Amino acid sequence: MIGKKAAKVTRLSFSYVALTIIAVFCIYPALWVLMSSFRTGSSLFSETILPTSYTFSHYTDLFAKRPFAVWYVNTLKIAVTSMILGTILTLLTGYALSVFRFKGRKNLMSILLVLGLFPGFMSMIAIFILLNQMNLLNTHLAVIIVYAAGAPLFFLFAKSYFDTIPRSLVEAARIDGAGHMPIFFRIVLPLSTPLIVYTALMTFTGAFTDFIFAKLVLRSPDKKTLAVGLFDMIGDRFSNEFTMFAAGCVLAAVPVTILFILMQRFLVDGLTAGADKG
Amino acid sequence: MKELTMEREFPPDSKKHRRNATLLSVLVLGLGQLYNRQYVKGLIMMAFYAIGMYTAIFRLPHALWALITLGEQETSLKKVGRLYKQVMGDHSIFLMVEGLVTVFVMIVLVWLYAAGIKDAYRTGKLREEGVTPNTFKQTLSFVTAYRFPHIVLAIPLIGVVFFTVMPILFMILIAFTDFTRENMPPKSLIDWQGFKAFEDIFRIKAWRHTFFSVTLWTFVWAFLATITGYFGGFAVALLVQQKDIRLRSLWRTIFILPFAIPMFVSTLILRNIFNGQFGPVNQYLSLIGIERIPWLSDPMWAKLTLILANFWLSFPVSMLMIIGILATIPKDMYEAADIDGASGFQKVRLITFPMVMFSMAPLIIMQFAANINNFNIVYLLTDGKPVNGNFQFAGHTDILITWLFKLSMDQGQYNLASVIGIFIFIVLSVFAIWNVRNTKAFKEEEAS
Repeated sequence: MIGKKAAKVTRLSFSYVALTIIAVFCIYPALWVLMSSFRTGSSLFSETILPTSYTFSHYTDLFAKRPFAVWYVNTLKIAVTSMILGTILTLLTGYALSVFRFKGRKNLMSILLVLGLFPGFMSMIAIFILLNQMNLLNTHLAVIIVYAAGAPLFFLFAKSYFDTIPRSLVEAARIDGAGHMPIFFRIVLPLSTPLIVYTALMTFTGAFTDFIFAKLVLRSPDKKTLAVGLFDMIGDRFSNEFTMFAAGCVLAAVPVTILFILMQRFLVDGLTAGADKG
Repeated sequence: MKELTMEREFPPDSKKHRRNATLLSVLVLGLGQLYNRQYVKGLIMMAFYAIGMYTAIFRLPHALWALITLGEQETSLKKVGRLYKQVMGDHSIFLMVEGLVTVFVMIVLVWLYAAGIKDAYRTGKLREEGVTPNTFKQTLSFVTAYRFPHIVLAIPLIGVVFFTVMPILFMILIAFTDFTRENMPPKSLIDWQGFKAFEDIFRIKAWRHTFFSVTLWTFVWAFLATITGYFGGFAVALLVQQKDIRLRSLWRTIFILPFAIPMFVSTLILRNIFNGQFGPVNQYLSLIGIERIPWLSDPMWAKLTLILANFWLSFPVSMLMIIGILATIPKDMYEAADIDGASGFQKVRLITFPMVMFSMAPLIIMQFAANINNFNIVYLLTDGKPVNGNFQFAGHTDILITWLFKLSMDQGQYNLASVIGIFIFIVLSVFAIWNVRNTKAFKEEEAS
């Protein structure tokens, strides 16, 4: 009996040590950036782990020397609009593919899944020309359209979620004479909060953090998004504003990080959408 | 004669309605519907017919010419009066995209045309059987009731066609042209050149060497990145989910952090943390007397750093997934194992691992496919560096997708980049299709 107890204590203490080490690794980069953003000076290097003197000037500089507020507003505008459009499109696609049976349905699903694997920018030159033809270059609308149009490719979770909603519910409403749209909005959607939260969160952060496409389309400084602005801040070889960049990172990352942590219970189901759950 | 008896059995005009409606529809789409007394529907179809005829007569010939020749008029100086003026030639790339769009629109219109004729035929047949054709209102309610999925899917599909399918087609076409920065419209015309770009990559030694080395590294990278992320996540999930660990949700929240921080931010931060000269990691190492490590500037170290950074970024996702799947494993299996006197390790090896593996297999495959295309981490962390002198415009850590990006964005070798794009396309399609065919979510559906 005593041997068993001792084994348990060793296992537990070993576990806690391991967990602590992993936790340090997870927190460290975030902590380091936070510390850097308060450090005086502008360079990456610091003699000490904790800053010797603290300053808020990098944060104020962001707004004074860079159009950081404009970037923030742009990003929020793009992310929220893409989120609304993209979520609606994704949910409708998932719903249509889950509830209805029609010719070519399976092939359509396979095609959408395959297409979903391709990063949009692989064919960026073509999208660039298309947008140019539509006179949409350097507009936020272009970015929103492309993000929203790409969202339905990730319909799989929506589909498998709707699969779990009892068919009889929908059929009963049909018999009572309800149209498809009212059924979708009044009966199905209210039962799908986790799905809506997950889809919205993913489209929002996707639009919030994408930089490669935004960089291609948004050219003038007043149209830039946070990701593009921050990238340009240190992408330049001769730039020497690391601490200001760190401050920008903190401001950009904090809302999304908090959102993720608050919504973490909704993440698991969405992430395992493609799994073979017994 | 057989035909005669047939005609005697059916009155001569028994097929009148369907014949007339079909013929009228073939002539002018919508006339058949008008003939069937479906006026609104007929008028709508006629409008489509007008658009179709306009496209076919005024747009299609130009589009076909554009796609076949890619423009004939070169930009040149022409004498206008006494002055030489620059005359803009055809812009091959615009012509190509316009041509593609027109052909796409035309295909949709032809499909509508066929559907309209079929509809006229069917309604005509119904009339012969004594059924009054639907009024427009009835048609509308029929469509909203039974064609709902088609209507709902139309909007997202248009988006997908325009912003995913079309660009991929365009990319495939580019691979067969001589489109490079040196040969760029509107200055010069672009021509079809068959498989020359493909041959260049496989015949010219420097290109072939780069292609095979980068492909090899892409697969090695995708394999290692997937495996480390998966098993790391597995181990952490098992650690956290032990029965007697306190504050489980707090630990989980901390471990989600790398996933929750926007990826571009954390990758750029990691790049600075691993900075060889000024980064904190090397600084701490030198504090304890270890020499600086060239994290990002030595080929082998850079590859290792890439995998380390990816591990940091990706284990939380695997952990979350596996925690989700652990919850679905029936408890009685463990209870039965306890009765049989299994050790903790045996339980993990014989119950947990196979169960999780079974559920996760499709996700691991998808993760692998995603890692083949993991542009962001390579671009943001190492940008493919350190440069490899033996490679054509690629560095030691470049994977196919970042090489493609460099070739098109930095070097302007659009046709060669497209060849690589096609290659990636084929590789990924194989994975995706295999996965789709083998996943339960798809297979078992017919039963329900």
